[in-house]
Amino acid sequence: MLLSLPALHLQTSEYHPLFQLPHRRLGPWCSPTGSPAPLSCETGCGEGSWILVCRLLVPTQVSLLSMEEDIDTRKINNSFLRDHSYATEADIISTVEFNHTGELLATGDKGGRVVIFQREQESKNQVHRRGEYNVYSTFQSHEPEFDYLKSLEIEEKINKIRWLPQQNAAYFLLSTNDKTVKLWKVSERDKRPEGYNLKDEEGRLRDPATITTLRVPVLRPMDLMVEATPRRVFANAHTYHINSISVNSDYETYMSADDLRINLWNFEITNQSFNIVDIKPANMEELTEVITAAEFHPHHCNTFVYSSSKGTIRLCDMRASALCDRHTKFFEEPEDPSNRSFFSEIISSISDVKFSHSGRYIMTRDYLTVKVWDLNMENRPIETYQVHDYLRSKLCSLYENDCIFDKFECVWNGSDSVIMTGSYNNFFRMFDRNTKRDVTLEASRENSKPRAILKPRKVCVGGKRRKDEISVDSLDFSKKILHTAWHPSENIIAVAATNNLYIFQDKVN
Amino acid sequence: MMLSKGLKRKREEEEEEEKEALAVDTWWLDPGHPAVAQAPPAVASSSLFDLSVLKLHHSLRQSEPDLRHLVLVVNTLRRIQASMAPTAALPPVPSPPTAPGIADNLLASSDAALSASMASLLEDLSHIEGLSQAPQPLVDEGPPGRPTGGAPPSLGALDLLGPATGCLLDDGLEGLFEDIDTSMYDSELWAPASEGHKSSPEDGPGKEEAPELDEAELDYLMDVLVGTQALERPPGPGR
Repeated sequence: MLLSLPALHLQTSEYHPLFQLPHRRLGPWCSPTGSPAPLSCETGCGEGSWILVCRLLVPTQVSLLSMEEDIDTRKINNSFLRDHSYATEADIISTVEFNHTGELLATGDKGGRVVIFQREQESKNQVHRRGEYNVYSTFQSHEPEFDYLKSLEIEEKINKIRWLPQQNAAYFLLSTNDKTVKLWKVSERDKRPEGYNLKDEEGRLRDPATITTLRVPVLRPMDLMVEATPRRVFANAHTYHINSISVNSDYETYMSADDLRINLWNFEITNQSFNIVDIKPANMEELTEVITAAEFHPHHCNTFVYSSSKGTIRLCDMRASALCDRHTKFFEEPEDPSNRSFFSEIISSISDVKFSHSGRYIMTRDYLTVKVWDLNMENRPIETYQVHDYLRSKLCSLYENDCIFDKFECVWNGSDSVIMTGSYNNFFRMFDRNTKRDVTLEASRENSKPRAILKPRKVCVGGKRRKDEISVDSLDFSKKILHTAWHPSENIIAVAATNNLYIFQDKVN
Repeated sequence: MMLSKGLKRKREEEEEEEKEALAVDTWWLDPGHPAVAQAPPAVASSSLFDLSVLKLHHSLRQSEPDLRHLVLVVNTLRRIQASMAPTAALPPVPSPPTAPGIADNLLASSDAALSASMASLLEDLSHIEGLSQAPQPLVDEGPPGRPTGGAPPSLGALDLLGPATGCLLDDGLEGLFEDIDTSMYDSELWAPASEGHKSSPEDGPGKEEAPELDEAELDYLMDVLVGTQALERPPGPGR
């Protein structure tokens, strides 16, 4: 019986990778198969059961290691904590993204910080540790800024992170806040030169008169140091808030989208960008629609899509014209008259759009559903999945407390057979497109026991509530899972719940 | 509710407040309530309308409003407005967020008849001093270091609620405004698409102005929501 270890709280440093003890240690892993296992909704062992790999937490304050539960840690370390709370708002994770191999996992938070986790390497001694992610690098990507001309504070919150495909030993990623996109280079240094002639070991200049011999500096191994350096800053191109960035398949360009405009950048050029979509009306009083998300096609570097607050998706071809205000395809589902309400438009607003890995489909997330569209069919989606339809009768309350404006993301698995999205009460949902089965899981400390397989959750809509079910009125709407990520080739998922990052793996026997 | 910019609060506080909000308003869940949408409701309650106006104000008061939130609330407000009796007294108007008391007045009048709300709002409007000194709440194109689209800077925030020239006046509306001194609104703030307005509110009436614009300005404020604007989706820019 394993002790449940709390996450290790250590002062984070820019230069030293930290070793994060996982919250839970679990049983033996199986080496992942080539194709992801099908989902299973049953509890207990079986194909497609999900188990917690680790829960990661990178706080901003210094604390001591403690074997006690979190609450005792807090008591002990009261003097260190900034405001006596376990986590500050700055720690809230605002984006999660695996890189193209799945070796690295990046998170951005409200405080403008990026934390990169690296997968534990497989070793024969500790085969059970494979699949765990440990802190690799952390750096401050964006700082709060003040626009003096408009008297506006620009939030440092990281809205999106996108990785570039790896082309050399270093890793590159784009991170953006509301206004500025930055290209970061993350590289390792494990050697350093020693034996300078003009400098001593501490780096102080030596008096040339004292030098009697010359030597050739040699590279000596050192402790691994991971450095993050900003290589490009793409600023001053967005009047409105950036909601999306997307790297093009040519690896030379990328786009950034705000509420009304989409700009195309070249990675090498920071002082110019091309505006490729502009939906700002001449008269702002005619504004009725904004851009909510945008993404490049995974293979065709001339094609991209963008979604709107009215539930429409436009596919554009950059070969057609320089300014892609006229779409090539227009995807919209006619409104269901039986479901019409005052909130129809708000709940139809698309919060995320993602191409499938194959490039044949797009997936959109609106408030209550996830939809899969075939690029060849514009008049309706080919699949619609209900995420939490029990909220349809609560829209008034959700409008009042602004939850109806929450922006959930959605992700494909590596083979495009399963899609995943978040919900409230720290629930997240997976839909298997082939078997049409779905499962609701929960990402929370209280419900993740060591060695146990995640138990599927069920929300009771009405009538008698069974023992394991939770009623709609008991849902915690402050615990929302907005950001999730799926490993590009394996059944490993990352789920962000406020300031916690949960990593789950599919246990395949 | 949404947090104002720069305000960092403990997560526990946030959770508590949101939980409270959910617990209190259980009357929304009453299936008999017209505002609860199961079947297409014929008429929305005035409370839903007031709530939306409140949200609109709150959104506009942000130093940099979330445009998506703003647009969705405005569109919802229009829908609600459309379903309300069109011949009733004119509904309250979301005036520019200058006087801090406006939202409070709306709140206070949420239970009053629509005409009473209207009266109090008009009172506030007449108390607003120096409307032209209002800070621009919405972001417009500000001077980008490197202009990309090449679009010229234009009036920001108030374009959303700004006056439309040439909108038709209803006789009833005119009559209602006869006794109100609108000379205070004789400012360039209301001139559409005037360049460089933001830089100096005291620029003075160098912009085009006509006496008819006073009534038109106020009328437009209401027409934004009353429905002389097309309520169905106007021809989108992408089509």
